[in-house]
Amino acid sequence: MKGKDMKIAVLSGKGGTGKTLVSVNLASAADNAVYVDCDVEEPDGHLFFKPKVVSNEQITIKMPSVDDALCNGCRKCVDFCKFNALAFIKDRPCVFEDVCHSCGGCVLVCPEKAITETDRMIGEIKRGVSGSVTVYTGMLKPGEESGVPIIKRIMQASEADENALKIIDCPPGSACVVVESIKDADYCVLVAEPTVFGVHNLNMVYELVRLFNKPFGVVLNKCLDGENPAEKFCVERDIPVIGRIPFDTELGELNSNAKIVVRESEKYKDLFFALLQTIMKEVRHETVADSKR
Amino acid sequence: MKIAMPMDEKELKTNVCPSFGRAPYFLIYNTETEESLFLDNSAIASQGGAGIKAAQTLADNDVKALLTPRCGQNAEEVLSKAEISIFKTIPGTAQQNIEAFKAEQLSVLNDIHPGFHGHER
Amino acid sequence: MKQLLILSGKGGTGKTTVASAFIKLSGAKAFADCDVDAPNLHLIMGQKCEPRRKDYFGMPKAEIDSDLCIQCNQCAEHCRFDAISVDSSGTYGIDKFDCEGCGVCEFICPVGAITLKPEASGELMLYNKDDKVFSTAQLKMGSGHSGMLVTEVKRQMKDAAGNTELAIIDGSPGIGCPVIASLSGVDTVLVVTEPSISGISDMERIIKTAEVFGTKIAVCVNKYDTNPANTEKIEEFCLSRGLPFVGKIPFDTEAVKAINNGMTIVDVDCRSGRAAREVFKNTMEVLSE
Repeated sequence: MKGKDMKIAVLSGKGGTGKTLVSVNLASAADNAVYVDCDVEEPDGHLFFKPKVVSNEQITIKMPSVDDALCNGCRKCVDFCKFNALAFIKDRPCVFEDVCHSCGGCVLVCPEKAITETDRMIGEIKRGVSGSVTVYTGMLKPGEESGVPIIKRIMQASEADENALKIIDCPPGSACVVVESIKDADYCVLVAEPTVFGVHNLNMVYELVRLFNKPFGVVLNKCLDGENPAEKFCVERDIPVIGRIPFDTELGELNSNAKIVVRESEKYKDLFFALLQTIMKEVRHETVADSKR
Repeated sequence: MKIAMPMDEKELKTNVCPSFGRAPYFLIYNTETEESLFLDNSAIASQGGAGIKAAQTLADNDVKALLTPRCGQNAEEVLSKAEISIFKTIPGTAQQNIEAFKAEQLSVLNDIHPGFHGHER
Repeated sequence: MKQLLILSGKGGTGKTTVASAFIKLSGAKAFADCDVDAPNLHLIMGQKCEPRRKDYFGMPKAEIDSDLCIQCNQCAEHCRFDAISVDSSGTYGIDKFDCEGCGVCEFICPVGAITLKPEASGELMLYNKDDKVFSTAQLKMGSGHSGMLVTEVKRQMKDAAGNTELAIIDGSPGIGCPVIASLSGVDTVLVVTEPSISGISDMERIIKTAEVFGTKIAVCVNKYDTNPANTEKIEEFCLSRGLPFVGKIPFDTEAVKAINNGMTIVDVDCRSGRAAREVFKNTMEVLSE
């Protein structure tokens, strides 16, 4: 891993804790960064960046198509499909694209080679520019099932921007789409809010990053006076707290109006710049530690 | 002709099941011979596409009409391709719905709901 | 049984905060947490008994018997999900997170070294005490199937609740499968939104989704005082679409404290609690229409 070619994933177990706030502003605080929005169901980063779009790419998956002339009615395809995406009606197989998982099994099992595949568009990826940030936005077409193929492709596509710090804005939760988003990350930033819900869900992503052996640190967001259950959680487990963002109505208002705070406020420019430095230090420390082993 | 209804229990005097795709049983009733048969619904264990599999079961058993409170769009597609009519049940037992069907009191089911997308990912 | 589902579109707007307050105010005997990826409701509902637990089996996962494996690589070549890899000693293995249980590897293996085995991808929990039924579940990390598990959570609640009048369901964020699964069979949806650009954008999408199901939709704004201008936009939006706007709740540090202490906002005396009572009253009116 080269110095600047760092991939930082920003995640939280719970929605609304500040993933996008942190990832958008970290990317904006750097000299030259790439922001990758992997929350393909509800991408929000582009609302802040309002990027000038340079290119876009449609993402397709393969769907089976039956040639009735070749079909001998054996029903092997219908019996094989684990997702019930094929039905045999009036002596011919029918495909149900919205439950098909594109596994290619029916094509393989057909003894007459009567099944071929066609492309189905499930979403798109847009590449754009906003100041010093290259913005990748992934969007799942409403009604489509899985964002995973889009995330896979967006991670691949963003490799093209070499020698740039990459900030990955992950989907909320800890399900498969999150796993896909953090796979290539060098470091994970866990954003936590000071509520029992926040802690409960922080625990989930904490388990997840440990399962994948990812170095990580926690940013405490919306900090108020008084006891912070998320901080307590970190202290009890020796988890590094790498940043604290206060609960601040000014910040809240800017954020709710989709403004990038590092571009609007000196105070926050400093805060996110410092956070970025801390993260880079943590990652380098990990690299050094790794190379010593 | 054979008509079908989704059922929670294997008993004509019990209520029709609110779900089609995931009903535990299907009642297959022959309006001419007045015979009834209960089939297990293998789709109940499906991760996804349950409506499709359930509709396949009916198509494979020569059913001509399905009586159900609700039906999803995937199931509806299979049923319409298989030329199986769909009627909306009245609240009540299978027996009551059989009588209503025979008396031509049931109306065609028009509102088809989208799939539950309840499968992996 | 009438079902009230609380949704938002965007995460963190206050679904669980509102749902728990409503459960207390209505005295509902049946409630469920359909946010199976990140369930939170149990943290406030403080169930004193042990729940009945049941493993939830999603799609089976493939397993390779390395004694039979001849390392022909056919499985890896055909796997569409990149779930098969080889380690440095040449042993083939399946990544359980990536495996979708499609069965192609099992089919293609020339020596029968691969079989699909059932895999627990989550756990269902049912609390049933003092006449109250609380159904929830936890999806295992990295899993899919949230939609199916949500359907199970609701079914578990309905089976245990019998003839009760009202069920309140805490939904999950987003507009995808788990939300669609939670919408089925519901009479009324309350959309809890926050007055931010993202919140409004996500609210519009969740309303579109709910409209397809023909459920009654009511809207309320939480933390409304964080952006009064946007709150007004939301009220106007509801008016223009003929959707009942059932009220607004202010941001309240007392609410955070209450929740952190395992209580709902109507268990303590605070501004958000008082506002929530109004919202509850108006929502119940929409539900009973």
